[in-house]
Amino acid sequence: MLQRTWPAEGLTRVPYWVYQDADIYQREQERIFRGPTWSYLCLEAELPEPKSFVTTFIGEMPVVVARDAAGAVHAFENRCAHRGALIAMQARGKTDRFACIYHNWTYDHAGNLLNVAFRKGIAGKGGMPADAKPESQSPKQLRVESIHGIVFGTLGDKTPSLRDYIGPEILPRIARVMRKPLKLLGSYTQVLPNNWKLYMDNVKDTYHASLLHLFFTRFRINRLTQGGGVFVSKDGAHHCTFTEMVEDESDAYEKGGMRSAGSDKFRLESPELLEQADEFGDRVSIQILSLFPGFVLHQIRNSLAARQVLPKGIERTELNWTLFGFADDDEAMTRRRLMQANLVGPAGYISMEDGAATGFVQRGVAGSPERASVIEMGGSSVGSGDSRITETAVRGLWRAWRSHMSI
Amino acid sequence: MNAEVQPVVERLHARYAHALDEGRLEDWPDFFTENGRYRITTAENEDRGLPLPVLYAEGRSMLRDRVQSLRHANIYEPQRYRHLTSCTLVERIDDQRVKSVANFMVIRIMESGDTTLFASGRYVDRIVLSQEAQYEERVVICDSRRFDTLLAIPL
Repeated sequence: MLQRTWPAEGLTRVPYWVYQDADIYQREQERIFRGPTWSYLCLEAELPEPKSFVTTFIGEMPVVVARDAAGAVHAFENRCAHRGALIAMQARGKTDRFACIYHNWTYDHAGNLLNVAFRKGIAGKGGMPADAKPESQSPKQLRVESIHGIVFGTLGDKTPSLRDYIGPEILPRIARVMRKPLKLLGSYTQVLPNNWKLYMDNVKDTYHASLLHLFFTRFRINRLTQGGGVFVSKDGAHHCTFTEMVEDESDAYEKGGMRSAGSDKFRLESPELLEQADEFGDRVSIQILSLFPGFVLHQIRNSLAARQVLPKGIERTELNWTLFGFADDDEAMTRRRLMQANLVGPAGYISMEDGAATGFVQRGVAGSPERASVIEMGGSSVGSGDSRITETAVRGLWRAWRSHMSI
Repeated sequence: MNAEVQPVVERLHARYAHALDEGRLEDWPDFFTENGRYRITTAENEDRGLPLPVLYAEGRSMLRDRVQSLRHANIYEPQRYRHLTSCTLVERIDDQRVKSVANFMVIRIMESGDTTLFASGRYVDRIVLSQEAQYEERVVICDSRRFDTLLAIPL
């Protein structure tokens, strides 16, 4: 089985086989996605009424998330007990019950098998024996918990409560954003040509943002010279970083000859795109928050979104973006959010480059499984701090990953 | 009456496609009126009545900002598009303006030679028939909700 050993340096080295090995990928499905972790499933706003449902994934496993007639949210494996076919094939909808199209076995909103078609045969002929136990192969039912309108599920028996899992460092930063009923603005998917962990690495990497994303730096949206900080949960699994809305007149990037400082020739004719209303009253212009294994919540100015990171093979990741505002947004705020949608997603002035950078790593390391990333910005520790010139949250990701994987 | 504007609209669509396919991004804003709007979205968001754009620009200044950013700020691998625009329907709104819907396919060619069908969908346009026809509004409705890696060059 697994022949690999982690480099002796510890968390300051991440070997490239973690992004390449098939047996690592399989073990992640079992130990992480089907193990004692909470995976993002959807927003409660996507299940607006009793009997509505959406289909999604936990790792590679297809999942139905449904609200029952009384309003409770359930999630279950999207696999019929009979032959394993998908029970629900639409992305979303509303239904009184779920019926597998293959042989019409039916399920309730919690995934309980209700009826086996012609179970007793017809007129004494055919059907299943009286002692048959088709329920023994029923779809797995997930434990479901919501926090501030975000729905998570777990397949692990030993997963702690969602609040304990997230921990006191990160919880208040979710509450900071998710303070009112939501209004969905829309969604799309960015397909990334790389292992899922390279995207999570990127999200937790507070060092890259102003160096890769010229748009951030040139327009002084996010520079490492601006105030801000990073929170990391005790186990390293989750993180949150923020940048303050301060006027920054420093010239560290210009003096250092950084590409991202850009040129004075590049100016926006319509800078209204960047105008932020300080809607949370704390003068934070950007907050990026991640929960292990594959959830990101972002506030970039007035753009708000949930991102779901789904592994789709060793070198393929789907990033599902769901952008939202609040139900009480006025027209001007909705317009601002839609304008700032230009910053994120596959065509985002900022986000488009993350798809490129992570794919470049996947391609760059193709011949070097035994070589390793150097992750020493900020030393070798994992923890919170007020500098973002650090890779502490990236090391946190690997601490959590290694603990789940026993590597 | 629609028949006489058909070639005018098809010529506009063709000039637009050739400009992008030849990498003449600087010419792109001039296919729009001064306050012209350009929006890329998905059929799914449209069907659900959700307003989220993949890309949205209002007026030539924002279109020029997009071009400037692609030229001077954003990092993306060298790539080219090949647009195939077809099935154009035209309907007059008034003396000066027409509505048009047309199908498109955009093939993306990377420097390595990797060639893929990058996007397909519909252009839903409002066009002003001035001396040279221009888009007052171009809505690009992509058939798929998925975008591979990134969308840099406009569709």
